[in-house]
Amino acid sequence: MTTETVTPSQEVAEILLQQGGEMLRECYQCGTCTAICPWNQVTTFTIRKLIHKAQMGLVDFEDQEIWRCVGCRLCVDRCPRGVDVPKVIRAIRRVVMDVGAGVVPHALRIADKNLAGVGNPLGEPREKRNDWAKSLDVKTFTKDTEFLYFACCYQCYDSRCRAISRAAVNILKKAKVDFGILGAEQVCCGESLRKAGHESLYQSLARTNIEVFQQAGVKKILVTSPHCLHTFRDEYGEFGGNFEVIHTAQYISTLIEEGRIKPTKRLGKRVTYHDSCCLGRYAGMYDEPRQILQSIPGLELVEMRNTCQYALCCGGCAGRLWQETLKGERFAETRIEQALEIGASVLAVYCPYCMVNFEDSLLSSGKSESLRIADITELVEEAISA
Amino acid sequence: MTKNKAKVGVYICHCGSNIAGVVDVKDVAAYAQGLPSVAAVKDYVYMCSDPGQNIIKEDIKHLGLNRVVVACCSPSLHELTFRRACQEAGLNPYLFQQANIREQCSWVTEDAALATVKAKALVSGAVSRVVHQEPLEKREVEINPNTLVIGGGIAGIQAALEIADGGYKVYLVEKTPSVGGHMAQLDKTFPTLDCSSCILTPKMTQAGSHPNIELMVYSEVEEISGYVGNFKVKVRKKAKYVDEEKCTGCGICQTKCPIRVDSEFDAGIGKRKAIYTPFAQAVPNVPVIVAEECTYFIKGKCRACEKFCEPGAIDFEQKDEIVEIDVGAIIASTGYGVFDPTPMAHYGYGRLDNVITSLEFERLVSSAGPTGGKIQLKDGSTPTSIAIAHCIGSRDEKYHEYCSRVCCMYALKYSHLIKEKTEADVYQMYIDMRCFGKGYEEFYKRLSEEGVKFIRGKVGEVTDRAISDEEKGKLIVLAEDSLLGNVMRVPVDMVILCVALEPQADAENTARKLGISRSADGFYLERHPKLDPVATTTDGVFVAGCCQGPKDIPDTVAQASAAAARALAMISKGKVEVEAATAHIDEERCSGCRICNDLCPFSSITFDEEKKVSRVNDALCKGCGVCVAACPSGIISGRHFTAEQIIAEIEGVLA
Repeated sequence: MTTETVTPSQEVAEILLQQGGEMLRECYQCGTCTAICPWNQVTTFTIRKLIHKAQMGLVDFEDQEIWRCVGCRLCVDRCPRGVDVPKVIRAIRRVVMDVGAGVVPHALRIADKNLAGVGNPLGEPREKRNDWAKSLDVKTFTKDTEFLYFACCYQCYDSRCRAISRAAVNILKKAKVDFGILGAEQVCCGESLRKAGHESLYQSLARTNIEVFQQAGVKKILVTSPHCLHTFRDEYGEFGGNFEVIHTAQYISTLIEEGRIKPTKRLGKRVTYHDSCCLGRYAGMYDEPRQILQSIPGLELVEMRNTCQYALCCGGCAGRLWQETLKGERFAETRIEQALEIGASVLAVYCPYCMVNFEDSLLSSGKSESLRIADITELVEEAISA
Repeated sequence: MTKNKAKVGVYICHCGSNIAGVVDVKDVAAYAQGLPSVAAVKDYVYMCSDPGQNIIKEDIKHLGLNRVVVACCSPSLHELTFRRACQEAGLNPYLFQQANIREQCSWVTEDAALATVKAKALVSGAVSRVVHQEPLEKREVEINPNTLVIGGGIAGIQAALEIADGGYKVYLVEKTPSVGGHMAQLDKTFPTLDCSSCILTPKMTQAGSHPNIELMVYSEVEEISGYVGNFKVKVRKKAKYVDEEKCTGCGICQTKCPIRVDSEFDAGIGKRKAIYTPFAQAVPNVPVIVAEECTYFIKGKCRACEKFCEPGAIDFEQKDEIVEIDVGAIIASTGYGVFDPTPMAHYGYGRLDNVITSLEFERLVSSAGPTGGKIQLKDGSTPTSIAIAHCIGSRDEKYHEYCSRVCCMYALKYSHLIKEKTEADVYQMYIDMRCFGKGYEEFYKRLSEEGVKFIRGKVGEVTDRAISDEEKGKLIVLAEDSLLGNVMRVPVDMVILCVALEPQADAENTARKLGISRSADGFYLERHPKLDPVATTTDGVFVAGCCQGPKDIPDTVAQASAAAARALAMISKGKVEVEAATAHIDEERCSGCRICNDLCPFSSITFDEEKKVSRVNDALCKGCGVCVAACPSGIISGRHFTAEQIIAEIEGVLA
């Protein structure tokens, strides 16, 4: 066997820098990221090596490994050089999605096509976007309304996740919050698509939403997905969309604190909470979800190992939700085991992606009897409906 | 000399390509030719070189120049050079002005056209200003031949001994009860493996008994006033509650004291009493009582130490004492602190037994330490495998961006000591091995031969969650071996975190007292990183050792000797030149409001009670300009920085 001889490609390295990978220059190859990357608990993923290949312009764009990173940011917090690893990975993916090199995984291509065609990754008709709100008597947002409630695509179309948006509406109505929704002209927030590397399509989705919001006179947006929160709040500003964006974790904890809703119905259950990456490491919201849970009478809150900033990702960020992950390699399976390990009967989440992943893994692992997956929004709705 | 007769020579320096690579120097020269009062303009590749300076000198002599402007680098680099050149040609050095077209121009932009425009403006400002400058005379003041050394670690001891051996008096102030510093805590020293105490103790004893050294331990500098050659220093000698004259150092008090607390000297892994000397070879060998810990001070009874002290040295009535000393030079050798890895929760320090810091390991492995040098786990057993994690808190932008410079080497030393004393496997998780000193690379080779396992990758996590039988009861160290591209799970019994050296917690406060600056990393800032590494921005104050930045013992000792040499040079000269650009009060117009009196940071302004006017003491004034700016009547002027000169410069720049 001979050693393969390679020559660094400055040209490819430059393209990666142009695609937003500037930070890869900072990396000094210490391997901290690989050592703690959750993928390495289930398979082999040498993220450090991928970054070094990017530094040298030697990335193999046909290698499916470039789609593995979930952008959970666990490594970013510990990187001694402060490298924003998901941004480096995003740059690599942009070369495939936007520049046209390499191969887009089949499942991702379908989600991408759906987003381009109908503005949601599930490929559902635009006009059905608000079907979830039927029979709930939700008013349409007008410029005098205080909040726009924006439901994530999954909360609009996915049969399981619709329960979250419906619960949110019921809570807001009970608290007499002045809010409304907009119609089928809205599209996916684009957060995951951006991390998956399709920048041009992301920008077109973002601009569509910004225009819809601005024309309707939206100032404040309530969201029930931390992914919408992240991109609306932290990324839409780049394109002129400046709104006050609030996740229900924050808003509901305030409503409870102010006594506008009162969780009175007992939930005599052992509950554990799974920090989603977007609400946790991206938005730094660790306390609010726990405060809400603890306000529910009879609820016993227990913590899994790896919580808060050390939490394990569900595996659904950065476009991974749309792609198949082999059984045995799914973080959601590990997380469910961790929840059962500490005797929890409810695994509380605050993100629709986590919900989809956990429900799926629960079903495939045959443990539906022992664990219930519930969004905190749903638990609050139940607790105030006494 | 009036400005009508001013004949200005303007010299544009290329500084190789540093300036000429961006600024069009020929264009600037042509522009300067047209400025009022300019009699000669030249450009040259290196104005600071001998031939460059000669051009100026020749022109002064032959063209009768009476003002000189050099457009080059920062005045902090070469003002002195050109002032001296002017002086050698018979021109008062204060008739020279420097325009900075490097740091403020060519180095900060790549836009050649704009850089040239700015260079012209700066030259115009300097020409306009220099016309208004007046000759000033430098004054000399006597130097007090005594030196203050702050900090009694190896740096302070070395500096003090050098000066004392040179025949001059040194006050050596140390805040703990003994000199010795961190070096006294170390077991062996790399790369020669000499015993740290063996080489340090003789020096400590020498410092303690030298006729020219007045040792002030358990003391802290409270206040420093004055200026180079004539500093006044207030030192707080904390009450030891032990009479140094009577104490024989027998140690019976320490045996009898019932209070046990964590020993700072043993990095918390050993205990000491409330009356204690930090270690057996302490200099001076006189214990101190910590009042906050002592039962007698807290509850009003006990006095066990007093009962057993035969010479009757215990004195509960002692009070802190403020001692005032006069010195001409100060050497700061205040050392370093060690990084606390608790915030890096993923390493488990404080949570997992047997995850320890490097300083704790030093005390563990020291034959004079709490275990008598036995390397053992918390439960007393001997480890069979140990991981050494490099770069904890160093080379990490969340904590300290710099490399601590000593960890790679002491980590190698640990490997050797572990191999010598136990059968344990040793793993080193490193990012880069930095073995740059004399004999260091050879030491690295020697340790490789001893069978240490090197894993190239930073430790990502230390956990006690086993996933196999082999891992049960162990600490599992996760690191990527980046040479293999595999994540390693290494089960070990003990993890040593090589923690960063960091500035002392009170470094900011001490720097303020000394009137010196700190660099972005928090360590004291030397005057020039290459050419003046022991001086500071304050004349007469020098730095030595780790207070200026992490360094090993050889470098520390070298820097301490250098600082001593600088102090000795000053002392042997006997006099020092002081700034001529001082403040001047127009006494005729002074209203006597005294606002300036208190503002002066050098206490150089006094009030004449008879005439009811304020007056500047030229010997003390540093020309900082605070009083000039503060005077409500506007009658204090700064020599060399008069309103006329500054306005002329502004007008020149804007012209």
